[in-house]
Amino acid sequence: MDFKNSDPVTGPRTEDHLPHTAEAGVKIVIVGGFGVGKTTMVGSVSEIRPLTTEETMTQAGIGVDDNYGSDSKTATTVAMDFGRISITDQLVLYLFGTPGQERFWFLWNGLFEGALGAVVLLDTRRLEVSFDVIGRLEERGVPFVVAVNTFPDAPRYPVEELRSALDLPREIPIVECDVRRRASSRDVLMTLLRFLHSLARAKAPA
Amino acid sequence: MTPPRRRRRYPKENPPPPPQPAGEDAEAQDGPPPKNPERLYIITGAAVEDGERAPIDLVTLIVASAELPPSATPEQSALLRICQAPLSVAEISAYLNLPFSVVTVLLTELLAAELVQARAPVVRQARADRSLLEAVMHGLQKL
Repeated sequence: MDFKNSDPVTGPRTEDHLPHTAEAGVKIVIVGGFGVGKTTMVGSVSEIRPLTTEETMTQAGIGVDDNYGSDSKTATTVAMDFGRISITDQLVLYLFGTPGQERFWFLWNGLFEGALGAVVLLDTRRLEVSFDVIGRLEERGVPFVVAVNTFPDAPRYPVEELRSALDLPREIPIVECDVRRRASSRDVLMTLLRFLHSLARAKAPA
Repeated sequence: MTPPRRRRRYPKENPPPPPQPAGEDAEAQDGPPPKNPERLYIITGAAVEDGERAPIDLVTLIVASAELPPSATPEQSALLRICQAPLSVAEISAYLNLPFSVVTVLLTELLAAELVQARAPVVRQARADRSLLEAVMHGLQKL
């Protein structure tokens, strides 16, 4: 990594500046297998050109044994594409998606912590690649909805068949979407928000 | 055509055993001395070398709060320059092309020196409250 004085750092474009009233950021994480359309979804709803942040992790943190400092570990860089939606002058929503291997995301400290929830994006041609990530979200107690990105040549299953295959309880929404379309991606996010709202309502009845 | 079926991971995998300091020592005796991954990045000053990092989230909004001191490093001045308007830590990481953990260390120094402010810390509660969710829904509807 070079960080030289002479390297010009390109900051945000003027039109990408948040107002000075911006106070708080919230985040939603989009998860799913490689090539399922996470970055496309981020890009279709983001008000800024999607950016990439990264984190360096060591293999030592990945296994169950914590042989910290041993010679065998190698550094792995996990890249995360993200976009931004200004909700109000005070509140900003960030969407994170990643092309990397999903097992690494859960080692990214704080990625899921404090997240409103997650969207599991599915490709019905490769349903099984999402099984692991669904299990990990369940174990962590991260609320999520399932969105099926409808590729033209992908098999179409009735929602209840998918629910059964994914072994998901009835209350978890499963919706179809075309993440290339902004309105469709927005509807997926709305489905997640309504689901989160119902969870919050159930927890603290008015 | 039937889709493949997910099998739940029950019984749950055993949690990793707690790290044993004794084992670590043994490791150190056997092999070369442990390497600290943070040492890869020597751009951070001594101020926080052993201190705690500030509780910074990817979406914490940062804004510059003071003029650039003459003693600022190139990384600090770049960060202060792009944070004239509020910017999330994720965006800072992207624009500076530095890993999140390195930006966290940089920000810990700048926060301690009161050169930047972190806006309202992200609520780290298990579930967001309804008024926040309603605000987000309202904002999304305008998209």
